[in-house]
Amino acid sequence: MASYIARRLGLAVLVMLTISFLSFLMLKMSGDLAISMAGEGSGADYVEFLRKTYGWDKPLITQYWDWLVKALQGDIGTSFYYGSPVMTLIVERMPATLALGAMAIVMALCTAIPLGMAAGRYPGRLIDKVALLVALLGVSTPIFWLSFLLILVLGLQFAVLPISGGGSFRHLIMPAMALAFYSMPAIIRISRAGMIEVMRSDYIRTARAKGLRPHRIYLGHALRNTLVPVVAVASVQFGFLLGGSVVVENIFAIHGIGYLTWEAINQNDYPVVQAALLAVSAAYVVLTLLADIVNMMIDPRIRLD
Amino acid sequence: MTMPIIEDTATARLWKRPRLPVGRFGLIVGAAIIAAILFAALLAPWIAPHSPYDQSLTNRLIKPVFMDGGSWNHVLGTDHLGRDYLSRLMFGARLSLMIGFGTILMSALVGIGLGLAAGYFGGRVDLVVMFLLTVRLSLPIMLVAISLVGLLGNSLFLMMVILACFLWDQFLVVTRSLTMRFRDAEFVQAARAAGLSDRKIMISEILPNLVSPLVVVATLEMAHAILLEAALSFLGLGIRPPDSSWGLMIAEAKDFVFFEPWLVNVPGLAIFILVAGITFLGEGLRSLYAPDGSR
Repeated sequence: MASYIARRLGLAVLVMLTISFLSFLMLKMSGDLAISMAGEGSGADYVEFLRKTYGWDKPLITQYWDWLVKALQGDIGTSFYYGSPVMTLIVERMPATLALGAMAIVMALCTAIPLGMAAGRYPGRLIDKVALLVALLGVSTPIFWLSFLLILVLGLQFAVLPISGGGSFRHLIMPAMALAFYSMPAIIRISRAGMIEVMRSDYIRTARAKGLRPHRIYLGHALRNTLVPVVAVASVQFGFLLGGSVVVENIFAIHGIGYLTWEAINQNDYPVVQAALLAVSAAYVVLTLLADIVNMMIDPRIRLD
Repeated sequence: MTMPIIEDTATARLWKRPRLPVGRFGLIVGAAIIAAILFAALLAPWIAPHSPYDQSLTNRLIKPVFMDGGSWNHVLGTDHLGRDYLSRLMFGARLSLMIGFGTILMSALVGIGLGLAAGYFGGRVDLVVMFLLTVRLSLPIMLVAISLVGLLGNSLFLMMVILACFLWDQFLVVTRSLTMRFRDAEFVQAARAAGLSDRKIMISEILPNLVSPLVVVATLEMAHAILLEAALSFLGLGIRPPDSSWGLMIAEAKDFVFFEPWLVNVPGLAIFILVAGITFLGEGLRSLYAPDGSR
């Protein structure tokens, strides 16, 4: 068990190192930091001085190492636009995105798991067709159009929810609904497949033969066994939502990581872009790592690979 | 030692796309939708009622024909600059489809190449490829795509290259798992005994067996590419005005959404129909070669 976690952790670190190197390359490609920092009209001497001071005249790999050492100490550069440390910006903006993502994934799980399990319990029947339809709508509807539809219906027609801003819990409902709809298809599919597989298994037949009541069979046995793939999918979907929320944050004017990235791109503020990419990737890597560890605890077979 | 770990984690991540058993009915519906949109897109320069670029301040925000105040002259109305909406829609379809096809061609090349190598050679090659896949899946595709577009510029070709950098994962996984299955098949052993090179075996012996599943992957990934392009253009980091893209049309209309909601709904519905059509086609094709939904 310890060795499984150690190896899994090693992989996560390796992935993060690779991504940090890629993001560092992106930062380097975005132009000469010394020139951007010196500002327009400054002399070549000053640019050269900045280059020396910050070590930007050294070989790329040395620069990466210096950057990495600093990054691990919490210093990931300064924003050109805001002039404040990038770390502060990320820490400020992350909670909004995390709250939005968490709310979306909870909404998606609460609707998609029951729907998927019901569909798997009665394959080919009406409820299965409904689940299929929802999944189809989910994969085909562009998230920004769905957001506008929600605004038009819930915000304007019925005027039950605020249409923009991120001040309160209620502000997050509509954007979370849009995001949730996007991740429902995968969860529906996986819980439907899990249910079908469980229904065919021997232990369900045994449970039935023992005379357990149907709802106990499905809630007690089946739910637990569809949990392993659902945990895996949910962690992945949560990761997707954090990265994919840029469109929704943009429409609903929620000042999260996605909005920050979008602004930073438009202002050529690449230290911020780099940090945002790193933060979202790190969130994904940590989430999937946690999910794998949780799954290993639920299902001992995983430990024995 | 770490191989099973990489493999488990990478394949577990790939349950993102649901399989939808739409059957042959779906295949026909999907094919019909795609054929109609393809027809409108390809012939747009000849059959579009107006130019997609011509502005007319006196004809701003005319409503579509199905609403009060609409006319047959502008079937889907005009936008805030007086440009004919149907014509812009038709020209936008050209770009969407072009980006879809272009992206898929490139990403298929990458994914199939890596998948063949990983599945055929196994061992260390497989390890490296699966690590690449894990890294790719850990990158937030939307954020990285907009960052790269912002950094490198948004020419049509660059956008296809950038999207192709991200959409090879499904090609890789399908190719790899099937190649592993065929690696020790008798016809491959025969080819090896006949002295064929590894490359020859992969391309002319194994690859032909993978065509039908890969066509399905290509179809579904094309839907993915089109949605991404629309989102990029919506964020102002894709197709540039005055060219027309469905995502861009929604972005241009968003200030009018409260007064003229159809301006947003027409291109939104268009994207929905196209993506649903492609999904139907892909899932329908899958049900043709794997009726039990096994793959």
